[in-house]
Amino acid sequence: MSSSIKDLIAQHGLTEEEYQKIVSLLGREPNLTELGMFSVMWSEHCSYKSSRAFLKKLPTEGAHVIQGPGENAGVVDIGDGLAAVFKMESHNHPSFIEPYQGAATGVGGILRDIFTMGARPIALLDSLRFGPLDQPRNRYLFSGVVAGIAGYGNCIGVPTVGGEVSFNEIYNHNPLVNVFCLGIARGDRIFRGRASGVGNPVIYIGSKTGRDGIHGATMASDSFDEGSESKRPTVQVGDPFTEKLLLEACLELMEQDLLVGLQDMGAAGLTSSSCEMASRAGTGIELELANVPRREAGMTPYEVLLSESQERMLLVAKPGREGDVLDICKKWDVDAAVIGRVTNDGLLRVKEQGAVVAEVPARALTEDAPTYERPAEAPAYQDFLQSLQLELIPEPTDCNAVLETLLASPTITHKGWVFEQYDHMVQTNTVIRPGADAAVLRIKGTDKALAVTADCNSLYCVLNPYTGAACAVAEAARNLVCVGARPLALTDCLNFGNPERPDIMWQFLLAVEGIADACKALQIPVVSGNVSFYNETRGLSIYPTPIIGMVGLLDHVEQAVSQGFTAEGDAILLLGETGEDLGGTEYLRVVHHREQGTPPVLNLEREVALHRVVLQAIEQGLVRSAHDCAEGGLAVALAESCLSATNGPLGAEIALDGHGLRQDSLLFGESQSRIILSVKSADREKIVAMAGHERVPCSVLGFVTGRRLMISIRDDRGRTALKVDRPCDKLDRIWRGALRAALETGERGHA
Amino acid sequence: MTAPLRIGVLVFPGSNCDRDCHEAVTQVLGAQADFIWHKESRLPPLDAVIIPGGFSYGDYLRTGAIARFSPVMTAVIRFAEAGGLVLGICNGFQILLEAGLLPGAMLRNRSLSFICKDIHVRIENTVTPFTSRCKPGQVLTLPIAHGEGNYYADQATLSTLKAKNQVVFRYCTKDGAVTPEANPNGSLDNIGGITNAAGNVLGMMPHPERCADALLGNEDGQLLLLSLLDAVKSRKPALATT
Repeated sequence: MSSSIKDLIAQHGLTEEEYQKIVSLLGREPNLTELGMFSVMWSEHCSYKSSRAFLKKLPTEGAHVIQGPGENAGVVDIGDGLAAVFKMESHNHPSFIEPYQGAATGVGGILRDIFTMGARPIALLDSLRFGPLDQPRNRYLFSGVVAGIAGYGNCIGVPTVGGEVSFNEIYNHNPLVNVFCLGIARGDRIFRGRASGVGNPVIYIGSKTGRDGIHGATMASDSFDEGSESKRPTVQVGDPFTEKLLLEACLELMEQDLLVGLQDMGAAGLTSSSCEMASRAGTGIELELANVPRREAGMTPYEVLLSESQERMLLVAKPGREGDVLDICKKWDVDAAVIGRVTNDGLLRVKEQGAVVAEVPARALTEDAPTYERPAEAPAYQDFLQSLQLELIPEPTDCNAVLETLLASPTITHKGWVFEQYDHMVQTNTVIRPGADAAVLRIKGTDKALAVTADCNSLYCVLNPYTGAACAVAEAARNLVCVGARPLALTDCLNFGNPERPDIMWQFLLAVEGIADACKALQIPVVSGNVSFYNETRGLSIYPTPIIGMVGLLDHVEQAVSQGFTAEGDAILLLGETGEDLGGTEYLRVVHHREQGTPPVLNLEREVALHRVVLQAIEQGLVRSAHDCAEGGLAVALAESCLSATNGPLGAEIALDGHGLRQDSLLFGESQSRIILSVKSADREKIVAMAGHERVPCSVLGFVTGRRLMISIRDDRGRTALKVDRPCDKLDRIWRGALRAALETGERGHA
Repeated sequence: MTAPLRIGVLVFPGSNCDRDCHEAVTQVLGAQADFIWHKESRLPPLDAVIIPGGFSYGDYLRTGAIARFSPVMTAVIRFAEAGGLVLGICNGFQILLEAGLLPGAMLRNRSLSFICKDIHVRIENTVTPFTSRCKPGQVLTLPIAHGEGNYYADQATLSTLKAKNQVVFRYCTKDGAVTPEANPNGSLDNIGGITNAAGNVLGMMPHPERCADALLGNEDGQLLLLSLLDAVKSRKPALATT
């Protein structure tokens, strides 16, 4: 092999073995255009070559699953003839290079994945990770990403109803931007990305094709180095107005029953949409590139096929209906052109002015892509990470100060600065707004509602990838249960470092097993997802961050419960048990500057029982508020319930039994499977009985009263000491003001 | 039996509150709502027109700047000049300013960020077709969601607005105090909504259609929509435009 060919192969991100595989699949050397097509389709981003073998461990089936992984999005039946359609995707690399457009086009891409399936998008969530805000570059990235999400979602009119943001040094040079979208479709009219029906017209609609984003998928499959910002030209520019036109045009085309299948031209653009649609249907596609609407003159077939210009879709229409398709596109002022037809030879044949410029079996680009079972091995540093000698950690002398510090931690603090930039009310479905455990959206025309949440604690995941990932599933489910929703299914966005490193592959394998086991125990199938590897800059990998996006169903929307206390005199109960769980806590990180230990123990049977009790109590109308205990532990969760009261903060008087535990474990430990409820004091015993029936530990902590949060601890000898005593107004100012303050002054919050 | 009330809801390609307005009109008012496509140059017989929120034509240039040239706005201007009731919400307000049906202009929010949250407004004028069910000085809680709601007008225009009682809403605290802190976007004189001199055209930044259903936790928007209904009923028969 000549050195120039070797260089060409390397430039295309392929190995020599992979090149040889291409030659054997084609029975000849590929031309440059074909090499480009293989390069993008066999990239990690498109082919899942390092993860595919392991993702099979995830449970994907359930009685209500209409469409599992492998399509543009997952689909579950929600009754009344309707289906929920959802997926989560990463846009990490582009967002680091150009935060506004990177995030905006991430939103655009996930929206297309949803309406491609025939669903009208009804909600967006975002999971974001950044380095600490004391660094100007992180403030720039964070502000830019939030503005980009807002700019796109607000314009197209899909509410951004929640998500999560957290901050850690490990994301300094590799922020994460994961976007989730939920849509609603008629259950009997789900569209798939299939090019069925030999002879059917293949139609291009949407923005014109330019030279932007060529090799975006290849970029997203590479680690970062000093020169990453020079890759800015590979980040595309989003146009939410065109996307709105595309959305409405597509929904009308589907309503008029003119289509056989359709797919977004996302990563790898025209190449991926055409070969994937043909491959799924077992057909071929012949394209004439001269008919592709173009923004620039003189583009080569290579450039047209690999462009990642945004807001474009590929449709396969029913026979003879191309005229009707073009008419609807004209009504919406969307460019459209017939650019090919479905064939029966299994080939993706590409012509330019009639001359064949590429001819590749569609399956060679998709199903035949290489898969790797890369070596995995626990890293040597794992023992150090997990070592934590609690006796060396002093117990706090001033619990008030610790509570205030935690409430001001950017990971815990109120995220109003973020979600007030998002239109979270458009479409008038938002029953529970951002800032709660989960957002709740009513489904018009029914009595039902959907709840959505996203969750992951990546510190838990680096300390123990299995437990951390299982905790992410359990906490997402717990979040849904807190608002009164039964978890239906999840989508995952698995963000990891370089899979060619055995320690990263080890993290990945354990995390997948953790998700799989939690899903099985909780009976929640995985219906869609995304893997983002190579989140590594200059050799430093991010913490494993498997983000879980989950959807739940409420049969009666009026039963939705929020986290804020509602009335003085209500009893406050804790379901679940507090143990000595300080490893990986926000408390240890922020107060003692340690990211160490083993994450909290997760007992999935207890988790299931907890969910049963809370859902039963909510369905019987007994629950006035419910809140998950997460980062910051019991004290932070109680404070959040006080501060989230609808008409201004409400106080609480709490007495905790010491149980021989350290007081920091009691107040700030992060034991799993715990939910705080408030109920009318007359209903207290009913909850205690329900919990007893399911053998879920239940303790009465105190009651809602006044305007101060007071927490005392009773030791084994019955002596009581007041540990927390603060006016809620003061806590409220800290909690609501910390993020804005961190951004405005550039001072380090407490990350 | 009288003909059902008909309220037109304009649909620009980038409108995104059109369905919400349609739903509020049909559910809250029990009236018939007709979507009116932006390429239409004539309106059917209507009792009132709502210009909904959104991003009319993308609004990359300036909010509402292109919408004013659309065929449907020519028809709406004729409708308004004939005395027809026109309610512009958010982007609808911005379009009414650009179309010259209301005085003044809209600047970017003082914070330069999009803002979506509940705010309070004080009712400054109850003698309008849009606020007759409110009490003078009443404080409503309404959601806003905009990036350009910083209303501006020159001093002479502001004096005229005040003299003719055209200021309908002012941003205020929950107790009704009009303060700089209660102003979410920096608008002149805390103005959240104004009418034209004749009083038949209202532009407002807050979204009444988003708070007209108890399930969403706030029904204050109903007062405004029901006022519109009262006005329409008292003005029957429907105004037809030619």
